[in-house]
Amino acid sequence: MSEDWEPKIVSFFCNWCTYGAADLAGVSRFEHPANTRVIRLPCSGRVSPKFILAALREGADGVWVSGCHPGDCHYIEGNYYARRKFALFKNLLEYMGVEPERVHFSWISSAEATKYVDVAKEVIESVRKLGPNTRFVKHKAKVA
Amino acid sequence: MLGYTDKIKEISERLLKEGKVDMVIGFKKGTMPMMNEPCVIKKAEDAGKLVWDSNCGINLANYLTDRKEKIGIIAKGCDSRNIATHIVENKIRRDQLVIIGVPCKGMIDRHKIASMSETEILSVTDAGDEIIVKAEDSEKTLKKAEVLQKNCAVCTHRNPVIYDELVADLVEEQKDADRYADVREIEAMSAEEKWKYFDDLLAPCIRCYACRNACPLCYCPTCFVDESRPQWVGKSTDPMDTRTFHFLRAYHCAGRCTDCGSCERACPAGINIRVLTKKLEKDCFESYGWEAGLTTEDRPPLDTYKLNDPEDFIK
Ligand code: SF4
Ligand code: SF4
Repeated sequence: MSEDWEPKIVSFFCNWCTYGAADLAGVSRFEHPANTRVIRLPCSGRVSPKFILAALREGADGVWVSGCHPGDCHYIEGNYYARRKFALFKNLLEYMGVEPERVHFSWISSAEATKYVDVAKEVIESVRKLGPNTRFVKHKAKVA
Repeated sequence: MLGYTDKIKEISERLLKEGKVDMVIGFKKGTMPMMNEPCVIKKAEDAGKLVWDSNCGINLANYLTDRKEKIGIIAKGCDSRNIATHIVENKIRRDQLVIIGVPCKGMIDRHKIASMSETEILSVTDAGDEIIVKAEDSEKTLKKAEVLQKNCAVCTHRNPVIYDELVADLVEEQKDADRYADVREIEAMSAEEKWKYFDDLLAPCIRCYACRNACPLCYCPTCFVDESRPQWVGKSTDPMDTRTFHFLRAYHCAGRCTDCGSCERACPAGINIRVLTKKLEKDCFESYGWEAGLTTEDRPPLDTYKLNDPEDFIK
């Protein structure tokens, strides 16, 4: 690991909550490390395992998925379905040898800018500790 | 097994003659040892082609998808559970089916038996609790219990869960089977060891998709492996592409797989891919109390939720 290595985190955020929280954190001038690349989705229920695997394949060091607290889903129940999908997904990923700290899940409402900042720091730090991701990454042939 | 075959022929002939069904899906003798072929019988006089022995490991529910006819189908325990799954997923209607239930005593492991013989195997026949294997220069008698398919050795649903006719009395279910010993072994490994374990396990995979095609659960009009824009899964045998394929194949079967073993049986490389589907099966059971295909009443685990589902992994 080189000295100046910084973890790249791909974040899948629900439009109705965590994305808003990130926005609020910005507007409120809360500081946090800039390691995340945010992808906005309509609901955590929209997150397919394919997205997470694709992020890792393309070289993400960590993935962070965040949606609305149970009971707060804009579509009433999307996050309840998502919760089961994520549980099985995370277990299978770890079963195949991916470190548990590579992939993170959280519930953050649009009002929780401070929770957003805290979780962002936690995610980034735990991925930083692991070092660069080597699992599920597809190394492409170098183009001259 | 002769009794089974006779009864299967008799019931199938009757159903076709009486016009209760347009076809019967069953097995006929294959052209190679240990490879009975699924077949569709449409005329009563052809019912004589049907057979039953310990080489009927393929899951016949695979041939029901979206059919419109009235169908008689031969179903051992696992087939019946996949038929139930098909009904729940609207891939066939219960009233289209006459399920001919076969209380099953297990299928034999074709990969294992082939690996036990140095020369080409010419025939493999059932003889009660024994299996007679004739090869080019030898003849061996094996105990069936020792050459069972791995999934059959730990099967706890040998009897069909839904049926309209039965070809024999129900058999006793195995009670003390430890279904998840192999999964627990992998779970106990470090991340490093797990990664290596699956590297080795999947290295012989040639991406032929026989495992996918043999599986009754895989019926999407466009499979994720064929999607190209975006291409979620690389098409090569690059180890990461292969791993992604296996991850997603197993994941798609979550809460639906009945551990019928058809995927593993179909694999030309003999890869034990069931360790992936079994992990999901174990998790579904432990987290949601779910076993696939036991009823047509309840929604499968990824199609429902509880307010208090476990979420200790979520911050
Ligand atoms: S994944 Fe394999 S064991 Fe499970 S239902 Fe499909 S073919 Fe059977
Ligand atoms: S059948 Fe075997 S070799 Fe073919 S894709 Fe499946 S695991 Fe790979």
